[in-house]
Amino acid sequence: MGSSRNDETGKKLGMWLFLYTEIILFGGLFVLYAVYLTLHPQAFIDGGKQLSRTFGLINTIILLISSFAVAASITAVQKKQKKRALGALAATLGCGLIFLVNKYFEWGHKIHAGIYPNSERLLDGPPGENLFFGLYYVITGLHGLHIIIGMTVLAVAMGAVAQDRIRPNRLALLENAGLYWHLVDLIWIFIFPLFYLII
Amino acid sequence: MTSHIQSYKTLALVLGCLLVLTAVTVGASYVDLGRLNVWVALAIASVKGSLVLLFFMHMRFEGPLLKVSFLSTIGFLAIMIGFTFWDIAFR
Amino acid sequence: MDAATSFYETPASTRFKGIWAWLLTTDHKRIGLMYLFGILFWFLVAVCLGGLIRLELMSPGADILSPELYNSAFTLHGVIMIFLFIIPGLPAAFGNFILPMQLGTDDVFFPKLNLLSWYLYMAGGLIAITALFSDGFADTGWTFYVPFSVSTQTNVSTSVFAAFILGFSSMLTGLNFITTIHRMRSPKMGWMQIPLFSWSLYATSWVQVLATPVVSITLVLVIVERFLNIGLFDPAKGGDPILYQHLFWMYSHPAVYIMILPGMGVISEIIPVFSRKSIFGYKAIVVSSMAIAVAGSLVWAHHMYTSGMSDTAVFVFSLLTFVVAIPSAIKVFSWVSTLYKGAIQMTPPLFLSLCFVYLFSVGGLTGLVLGAAGPDIHLHDTHFVVAHFHFTMFGGTAFAFFAALHYWWPKMFGRMYGFKKAYAASFLITGGFIFHYVPMFILGIQGMPRRYYDYLPQYAQGNFLAGFGALFMIAGILLMVYNLAITFRWERNAPANPWGGVTLEWQTPSPPPLHNFEADPDVPDYPYDFTGVTDPPG
Repeated sequence: MGSSRNDETGKKLGMWLFLYTEIILFGGLFVLYAVYLTLHPQAFIDGGKQLSRTFGLINTIILLISSFAVAASITAVQKKQKKRALGALAATLGCGLIFLVNKYFEWGHKIHAGIYPNSERLLDGPPGENLFFGLYYVITGLHGLHIIIGMTVLAVAMGAVAQDRIRPNRLALLENAGLYWHLVDLIWIFIFPLFYLII
Repeated sequence: MTSHIQSYKTLALVLGCLLVLTAVTVGASYVDLGRLNVWVALAIASVKGSLVLLFFMHMRFEGPLLKVSFLSTIGFLAIMIGFTFWDIAFR
Repeated sequence: MDAATSFYETPASTRFKGIWAWLLTTDHKRIGLMYLFGILFWFLVAVCLGGLIRLELMSPGADILSPELYNSAFTLHGVIMIFLFIIPGLPAAFGNFILPMQLGTDDVFFPKLNLLSWYLYMAGGLIAITALFSDGFADTGWTFYVPFSVSTQTNVSTSVFAAFILGFSSMLTGLNFITTIHRMRSPKMGWMQIPLFSWSLYATSWVQVLATPVVSITLVLVIVERFLNIGLFDPAKGGDPILYQHLFWMYSHPAVYIMILPGMGVISEIIPVFSRKSIFGYKAIVVSSMAIAVAGSLVWAHHMYTSGMSDTAVFVFSLLTFVVAIPSAIKVFSWVSTLYKGAIQMTPPLFLSLCFVYLFSVGGLTGLVLGAAGPDIHLHDTHFVVAHFHFTMFGGTAFAFFAALHYWWPKMFGRMYGFKKAYAASFLITGGFIFHYVPMFILGIQGMPRRYYDYLPQYAQGNFLAGFGALFMIAGILLMVYNLAITFRWERNAPANPWGGVTLEWQTPSPPPLHNFEADPDVPDYPYDFTGVTDPPG
């Protein structure tokens, strides 16, 4: 009774349940994507061509590396390699930062070109393209928000590692922060081909 | 549980596979398969996602509760999208 | 019992004094009571709104509400009842208080998260209040359908944001309960020994976790559309307004199972105790609860037969709707079979449970009428629907809420209420309920639309009768609340087990001590075995 303080499995279960809510949250947007892709296939293709594959690919690679980094940080803690753990977490945060900077340039570029919610160019163009970019902004915007949340959570975990509050038998905070980050990566793994690679 | 230590080598190997698959999906997007392209892209993304899930997120070491509940969540997502198409596909 | 050692005297942390020992508590029992306070408050507010609406409708023409105010009134009534009373009601108030005790443990798994959930609940309510001012509360109906929800000038964004916050509270509660049930049960309690109220909370929690995020994103999209006008649901910009309805009902249909499953759990607790007989078909009830949770996620578009969606969708969703009625029917059979040849002891909880069985069955059967696409063409958006969902949500969930109040009152507050007034109140509410809602079935069949502030003269008689019934109903509710409230003037001397119940919450003093159990509770082999229990006092 009352052993919740040390029940790492329970804490992990709680985190996974929270991840399920995030999956379904984004899922609602993918419902819209699936329908509108079906109804406006050519417009989605044309829209996708206007997105920068380079930016998309770089961001994909960066997030994959960041997932590797945070997983490695857990291994480092388990092997009592504190410096390496902190380095790996710093790398993760760095990747997140680069991702956000890239996003900033990407969005800036599009807004400059007159492609933003309710812009004249989108309203005058084919409706399918309006939907494509509408979904692009909403989904990548929500995703970007989750990157920021993930970075915050990871920073807290990093602080805990630095203060030796994360130990091989007390990994829950770091593991759960990692899980959240991996989910953010997972969602991007689907966003990338669906927006940047449609033909 | 947390007693499983995944070696740096394993993690790096997984990252390697993920990067290769990323190259594959980019490559696939230069091959016109018509309506099949989306499904190919989703399939590759699912494999990548499974690698992240099983290795980085530790799922391969987890018990039936997490495995079943995760699949149920994906199942519900599939229903959300799929059942909407009872409407969309038959209008 | 020993007044000095209950959780009222012993806060979870000695750091806080006075009101802070409540506002910063992590004790699930205190949190449950704080929820109960909020929930009862919002219920009474929404009852008043409902009374206002029915008063307006008692005679044709505008009487006390302008058309605009009327629209906001029924929207507010719906939003409060659904998001602030029915969905949180049983899980947050009684689930929080009773679940850990039924499992033989001392709290939920994430006590601080539990407190956060309560703050989110209160915040949602406060945000809803702020939406009342300047441009007025949303006038869209609680369903916030586009395009009106995107174009109307009322405070839709604030109203919708309140619902979003409340959804968060609901998700976190579900997350907490699932983890608690998996990780904190008494080691002697296997899955097939978990009491049915706890099982119902388990099934409910999964729906809360998986379905609520859909409405979260849907509500976010309403706000996004209002501010950015992307056009995701606007045909002029390529969007499809029916997609909004799909997304909305993808949550809101499973939500009705969030509402009813805990209610069914309460009834499954009460009926065996007052039949002195173990529940008939424990396993069937467990399986049907989980089946309802799963099947309930497959039928959402039965709210959309007339929306313009494809005929195929109409057919598929109608077929599946008939399937989901089966597990609910199984429960009704189990309850009735439990009563059969039992040694019935009439008490207010049992009386309210019997009313539940009748009223919910009527609600469920009329749901089948609506689930059939043919009749629904005529009945959609008429008062028939209004009557149907009040029979299930009010006659069902709210009556189960009343039953839970009367069943667990002595445990929570250490006092027993007077039975006579409790029966009188229950009788008034049930009688008033029938006179209030049955006319609406008829009005609906005769073609009276819902959400209209005025109507054709031929509907006047039915509306007058309905308003009359409402008076008795509201009188009954006030009497019920009064009867329970006056117990606070009395001594706290209720016994640990006034009803002769066999689930674990009755093995502890009334009210319980801080950590629930003084000694490790005795977990019976099967949760509803009455052979070892002698007749209850009084």
